[in-house]
Amino acid sequence: MLGDGILKGMAETARNFFGSYVSKERLTTVEYPEQRIPTAENARVFPFLVYDGTDWEAGMRCVACQICEKECPPKCIYIDKSTDKKPDYVGKPQFYPARFDIDISVCMSCQICVEVCPFEAIKMDTQFELATDDRFGGLLYDRKELSRSNEYYHAIHPTEAAEVDARLAEEKAKVEAKAKAAAEAAAAKAAAAATQPAAPAKADSSGLAATAPEAASLTDATKPAGGGS
Amino acid sequence: MSPIFYLLAALTLAGGLAAVLLKHLVHSALAVTVAFAGLALLFLQLDAQFAGFAQILVYIGAVAILIVFAILLTHGSELPKGGVFSHTWFLGLVIAAGVFAVLGWAVLASVSAVPQSNIVPSVTVHDIGIALVGRYVLPLEIVALLLTAATIGAVIVAMHEKERAR
Amino acid sequence: MITMLGAANLLLANPLFTNLDQIFVLLRNWLVGFFPVAIRPAAGVVLGVVAIVCVFPGLFALTTVFERKGLGRIQNRLGPNRVGPFGFFQPIADGIKSLTKEDVVPFRANAVVHFLAPLVLVVTVFMGFAVLPMGRNMVLVDMDSGLLFFFAMGAATELSVFMAGWSSRNKYSMLGAMRAVAQMISYEVVLLLSAVSVVMIAGSLSLPAIVAAQNQYTGSFPHWYIFTPWGLAGFVVFAIAATAESNRSPFDLPEGESELVAGYHTEYSGFKFALFFLGEYLAMFSLSGLGVTLFFGGWLAPFSFLNFVPSWIWFFGKVMFFIFVFIWMRGTLPRLRQDQLMNFAWKFTLPFTLLNLLVTALWRFMGEGWQRWVVCTIILAAAYVIFGRIEMRRQHFGPRKYRYAE
Ligand code: SF4
Ligand code: SF4
Repeated sequence: MLGDGILKGMAETARNFFGSYVSKERLTTVEYPEQRIPTAENARVFPFLVYDGTDWEAGMRCVACQICEKECPPKCIYIDKSTDKKPDYVGKPQFYPARFDIDISVCMSCQICVEVCPFEAIKMDTQFELATDDRFGGLLYDRKELSRSNEYYHAIHPTEAAEVDARLAEEKAKVEAKAKAAAEAAAAKAAAAATQPAAPAKADSSGLAATAPEAASLTDATKPAGGGS
Repeated sequence: MSPIFYLLAALTLAGGLAAVLLKHLVHSALAVTVAFAGLALLFLQLDAQFAGFAQILVYIGAVAILIVFAILLTHGSELPKGGVFSHTWFLGLVIAAGVFAVLGWAVLASVSAVPQSNIVPSVTVHDIGIALVGRYVLPLEIVALLLTAATIGAVIVAMHEKERAR
Repeated sequence: MITMLGAANLLLANPLFTNLDQIFVLLRNWLVGFFPVAIRPAAGVVLGVVAIVCVFPGLFALTTVFERKGLGRIQNRLGPNRVGPFGFFQPIADGIKSLTKEDVVPFRANAVVHFLAPLVLVVTVFMGFAVLPMGRNMVLVDMDSGLLFFFAMGAATELSVFMAGWSSRNKYSMLGAMRAVAQMISYEVVLLLSAVSVVMIAGSLSLPAIVAAQNQYTGSFPHWYIFTPWGLAGFVVFAIAATAESNRSPFDLPEGESELVAGYHTEYSGFKFALFFLGEYLAMFSLSGLGVTLFFGGWLAPFSFLNFVPSWIWFFGKVMFFIFVFIWMRGTLPRLRQDQLMNFAWKFTLPFTLLNLLVTALWRFMGEGWQRWVVCTIILAAAYVIFGRIEMRRQHFGPRKYRYAE
């Protein structure tokens, strides 16, 4: 009959109206500034730079290879390579970024920089309350503002960070084993012949050349599991 | 004749004149509305509540809206290229003057025909209703017939249009 | 029954209750006493106007909060709760916001008409309150043809809607105004005719007289017109038409934001927009007030033993109940389509109201007795079912045919 659909609808909304006062399950609203729900582990907002240890400058993983700068689709990363070198996590001397700026007003949170970085140096942050009243300076983050410790990374993305740490440790072990083997070989050689003192250095440099692509292929292969949110 | 009467009369006349003289058709329609409102207020000033409110209800609520709709549906709201006066304005003036003369004569004659009394008759809605279905039932029915015919005509016109469009 | 009425009368005779009941009237008389004798009647009217102009916008402010909270609850949300305790200062914040906003008038707009439209709307809507009896002896002007006055003012609001839409020089505004005016004209016919049946029984166009005609109790039950077959049918139609007339959901196509931005007030901002908003709510209040007066016994108490509660509380309580139903419907029903709207107006409500007029006449001339209850109920129920079946039957929708494109 005409109008029964309307009555049915009215009954339904009345049930909602009164039900929302009675049962708490109906009200799914989270009153945001006071109440918060923990951010999902796979959440991502803008990138940050990871450093090991306590000193952000010394422990910064980034080696200023500028791959991310070139790959970033909207071109919002600005890197100046340093002129000197400092040792990286395996102890090799590397460049470091003298300037590393990300313009988060341009960044589109695509995570491409994270996926291309061969050194696990740049990761996505979950911090989203970034409002500022200075839309130029306030939204251009320099390397100090971008730096977060590895512990912070563990705190926001535990699974992914554990994977990364395992990978890094494995690599480090590999490099150390190689160096050890090379050193042993060199020592054996030296012991055996003691005629070519330049051999260890050569082995070292070839080892460096081998690790970088290896690390890159490693990250590529494992990224989808860890960071493909 | 109180000053209020003159004010209202001036308002009504101004509305009417503006309706004739304004360039833009929609402005004219709105000016006509002002004239209608002035007339309604005149009725109210004469203590004829029913007539006044009916004037507002019918003329402002329906007739003015109808005029406006007609203007909009016929694209009449664009400004005319030339002046608003037609070439035959003189003839129009003569006809208007003739109509006014006839109406004026009728009103004046009726004033002398009706016995004058100083007592203002208090006419309630009830009286009007009784009069309408009593003494004036024939005119009422004729008007009703006319309106029904008009409605049916409108329906037929609308139906015709629909068929042609198919 | 006699004792009941006697008890009620005793209560009414009690000075405290009378004073409370007439508190506003007494207040007005007291205030008027300060004026010189010559201008006392005028001063009384002015005071009444001031009261109306203060009370109803205040009610409007309250309603906006309650509406937003209620709609939230209907959708299992919380609704506004930030400004002040439970969000009740929200209208103040909104008011400040709309007052401080820039008043933009489109470059090509017709400035004078654009400016006048909201004023005409608010003024005509306010005028409607003048004839509503809001309590015992609480009517600003007791006109012999008050109902006609009310409808005349309602008709004048249509013009303001048209003025707003046309003067904005905006296609959305224009379309919105055309829709609004077409809708208001269609439903105004129904609104008027449904009120006419009450006039036929009460025998008066004066709203206080209509309330007085309902002022009887059988036992403790009231003789409101809603409790008669024709009254119920008339009220249903009246409620539908009133919803359409005040452009409320589900009849809010004139401002259907999905297709027309905001309809006829698209080009209004700041204070003028606030006036439109106010006008819409005031129209809702006044139509609710009229519905209460015509069918729900105005300021009368629902049971004779409740007569001691001041009459204005009943009036405003009933109006607020109507508003609640308005909000409830808005939270429930989806918007109609233009053709559905017109079909419903002309093919269902209009014939049904005309039939209701006949039934009312029948009721009037069948005299007292149970027969008229049975006959009228049967006729109306049958008509409702039959009209509903025939006129509103689901059309078979085929593939859409375009008239001009093919
Ligand atoms: S997330 Fe995407 S847009 Fe943002 S810095 Fe990285 S690569 Fe550029
Ligand atoms: S790709 Fe990684 S290591 Fe290279 S510059 Fe970017 S963040 Fe630094």
